[in-house]
Amino acid sequence: MPIKETNTDFEVRSLDSICINTSELKHPWWYDFKYLVAGILFGTILTKAEVISWFRIQEMFRLQSFHMFGVIGSAVAVGALSVFIIKKYKIRTIYGEEIELHTRPFNKGQMIGGLLFGFGWALTGACPGPLFAQFGAGTTVIIVTLFSAIAGTWVYGLLRDKLPH
Amino acid sequence: MIEWLQQPWPWYLAGPLIGLMVPVLLLIGNKSLGISSSLRHICAACLPTKIPFFQYNWKKEAWNLFFVAGVVMGGWLAAGFLTAAAPVQVNENLLIELQQYGITNHDTLVPVDIFNWPSILTVRGSILMVGGGFLVGFGTRYAGGCTSGHSIMGLSNLQLSSLIATCSFMAGGFIMANLIMPYILKL
Repeated sequence: MPIKETNTDFEVRSLDSICINTSELKHPWWYDFKYLVAGILFGTILTKAEVISWFRIQEMFRLQSFHMFGVIGSAVAVGALSVFIIKKYKIRTIYGEEIELHTRPFNKGQMIGGLLFGFGWALTGACPGPLFAQFGAGTTVIIVTLFSAIAGTWVYGLLRDKLPH
Repeated sequence: MIEWLQQPWPWYLAGPLIGLMVPVLLLIGNKSLGISSSLRHICAACLPTKIPFFQYNWKKEAWNLFFVAGVVMGGWLAAGFLTAAAPVQVNENLLIELQQYGITNHDTLVPVDIFNWPSILTVRGSILMVGGGFLVGFGTRYAGGCTSGHSIMGLSNLQLSSLIATCSFMAGGFIMANLIMPYILKL
């Protein structure tokens, strides 16, 4: 039985047929360079905070350090406050567009996939952002882990219809 | 100033800065913070396939690929220019535990005793790098997001599904690190 064409993906918007952003601006491709700059900032912060450290992740899962819990907790606090302010004052983007925030209904994938990702997080000592940063920081062998992660994503796409959601 | 920048940043500085990525990306172009979907765009862009999951206009999501390219460059910048050569501070108990497995070098953020090219061919190295990577890619897509997309962006937007996902990430990590990994690291 084919599953309903619903977008279970939190991060990918272009699949949402029901909420096409009609006001979407057409920008030349080089406008995307601002995301490169944002990424450089993000990668620098992740590295300087040692979020990309295998050791910090092992400490987190052994409750041997508060560091990672402090990082994630304070990041969520600041992020949530920002989203609250954006919603309350209906702040728009720098191009004057209304800011879109997406709601995601629950599905079983968040639990099963979440557990599997947790296993991988402990093994590699990195979630996807830090994997990219670890590679940049000079641990070249992490390219293998990244290719393996791409393979894992592909296999999920292949098996998606057969997996419980 | 440079000396201070070269120290590892404390959580109360780094955490809020990471949190600020949420409004920054929303304000500069209506983008929701997320990293793992870049893996999907790479599949869609590079692997010709009939799988419906990868048949969409990935070019519309190209911003995400620019973003992760930036993360790679950020790691390079921070490690190359903003880091003093000093051993990574690691909890004593963890150091003692890791010693049993022959992991003694903690000069770098990623332990070179395990994560190096030759160890790809060992059972332990391949489980950690190849197996771990596969689980990261498979699991994040199955869950519909990773630590960035669910735990930071989703929780900031008060999504219950993201809270469930985050608890599952943590549960998986605790199970693996405490119950299963000791056997893998012994290999």
